[in-house]
Amino acid sequence: MSEGAGYPAIPSTARDRSDRHAATVAFAGLLMRDLRVLTKERGRFMVRTVSQPLLLVFVFTYVLPSIGRDFGGSTDGGSFTDILVPGVLAIAILIKGVQAVALPLVHEFGYTKEIEDRIMAPLPVWAVAMEKITAGAAQGLVAAAIVAPIVAIVPAEAVQLEISWLVLVVVLLMASVLGSALGLVMGTYVEPDDVPLMFSVVILPATFLGATYFPWAELETIRWLQVAVLANPLVYIAEGFRFALTPQFPHMPPWAILGALTLFTIGSCLLGIRGFKRRVLS
Amino acid sequence: MSTEGLTKTFPDGLTAVVGLDLEVASGEIFGLLGPNGAGKTTTIGMLTTRVVPTGGRALVGGVDVVRRPSKAKREIGVVPQTNTLDRSLNVWENLYFHGRYFGIDRAGARARTDELLARFQLTDKATRKVGTLSGGMAQRLMVARALLHEPRVLFLDEPTTGLDPQSRIALWDLLRDLHGAGQTIVLTTHYMEEADRLCDRLGIIDSGAMLALGTPSELKAGLDADSVVDIAADGDLDELARALTRVPGVSRTDVRDNGVRVFAPVVTGMLPPLLASAQATGATIRDVSVSEPTLESVFIALTGRDLRE
Ligand SMILES: Nc1ncnc2c1ncn2[C@@H]1O[C@H](COP(=O)(O)OP(=O)(O)O)[C@@H](O)[C@H]1O
Ligand SMILES: [Mg+2]
Repeated sequence: MSEGAGYPAIPSTARDRSDRHAATVAFAGLLMRDLRVLTKERGRFMVRTVSQPLLLVFVFTYVLPSIGRDFGGSTDGGSFTDILVPGVLAIAILIKGVQAVALPLVHEFGYTKEIEDRIMAPLPVWAVAMEKITAGAAQGLVAAAIVAPIVAIVPAEAVQLEISWLVLVVVLLMASVLGSALGLVMGTYVEPDDVPLMFSVVILPATFLGATYFPWAELETIRWLQVAVLANPLVYIAEGFRFALTPQFPHMPPWAILGALTLFTIGSCLLGIRGFKRRVLS
Repeated sequence: MSTEGLTKTFPDGLTAVVGLDLEVASGEIFGLLGPNGAGKTTTIGMLTTRVVPTGGRALVGGVDVVRRPSKAKREIGVVPQTNTLDRSLNVWENLYFHGRYFGIDRAGARARTDELLARFQLTDKATRKVGTLSGGMAQRLMVARALLHEPRVLFLDEPTTGLDPQSRIALWDLLRDLHGAGQTIVLTTHYMEEADRLCDRLGIIDSGAMLALGTPSELKAGLDADSVVDIAADGDLDELARALTRVPGVSRTDVRDNGVRVFAPVVTGMLPPLLASAQATGATIRDVSVSEPTLESVFIALTGRDLRE
């Protein structure tokens, strides 16, 4: 009706699309927007992605072994490096998911409700939430790709890899979606002001107790802890990478890893979408 | 655009909007006038899919906003009360990506972005961060964004609140131009002057209920609204107001920046006693002006309260 307003007319195809088609196009548009923001912030993205894994790997697998203060490896002959590498990958993916999804939500849900401009795009609110998870998962995969060469090159002693590629791909995909969905859960259920605090309260304990610095199986001497950490999704990500990269060393049974990853991933996606809807619709 | 019995009760039990019946014709500028907390933002929220109604129905461009929100969103453009520009993107990108969300292809979105930036005098700000824009510029950019996908209805929630007077007038001109081009516009405001000068029709809303509906002149003529006598004066204005309130025939007074506003049902024969009583307080009177009922007096007649309270 505003043809007379003197703007170039929008092709009628854009207006008369089916809801589904319009939503798909809007979803793609939101992904392009996130990619644009990411390319602008690539420097910051690199620093945030690299710093923690690099320090972990450098100190524990290069400095300590070089000065003769190596930790013991696993009971089955692996070195500490063999144990740490899957753990570092798991941490990198989880933290990236939270950074990519939860932190931006702090100001998007903030006083001005900046998120509303994306809520007004012609797609259902749950699809906007799914887009956030997708973009966060993609960033998790990029983080893994950046961290992988670091853990391959830095250690003083080579990692004894026996990679099963199919398992690796499956675990990578599930882990990145899970990390991102957990970021959405955190970003929507925690008050925006408290999200940064979550790094100390949730993320740090999760990374220390996530079977990242030790295989889960070897916790059997501290039985209560071995049971308690089962609630920590990072355990399954780390054990999943252990199973994919160094299956010769102790790890959880594959069915438990994949089953738990599936359940946690679906559960946190659903919970995150629910939290997102509760935040933006009233 | 139309609503039938549109109602919102928040989970905390507060009913912000009750049984709103509204019809806005194509090409009209419609204004919702009401004080803070009246339910204006909640109403706009329901019409634009972000607040889920607890009762009634709303159709925009013939589309039910609850049943088909994604379709409804393509029919509407929204300028919310707060600055919702995407702060991770620059000025140009804010428009461009909005176009992409709405399915305009790359070349089309570029062309329209450039066109709208030029039309809204923002071309030289294209690469600026949106956080560095002045209030007036940010508001223009939000209007441009809302129009980018050619919505049937443009919604603006208190578009001039917080703007400086110059930007406010510039925005009025802009909205009049859009109106002239046939754009349907629904806006909310708590400025009577804005409602009076800009809108074809008005709804006066308070505590979530629609109190009156009509053109500004219908509203002013139809109610027992008071006429207004503005007395510009120097001196103790509070004392002046008290003295004037005691003059028979005065229904209320209101202290302004440079004088006192007197409301009275009938002005004829009122000026001599008003001036006498004013002079008795020792105030220096600089100017006196009489005006017909304003929307302010309409609002007071309807609610017994001042809009600004
Ligand atoms: N999300 C919400 N939950 C509960 N109450 C709300 C919510 N949003 C608004 N309200 C209340 O509803 C009433 C109307 O608010 P609003 O629509 O923002 O008014 P206006 O825009 O006219 O100032 C106010 O009393 C406000 O406190
Ligand atoms: Mg409001």
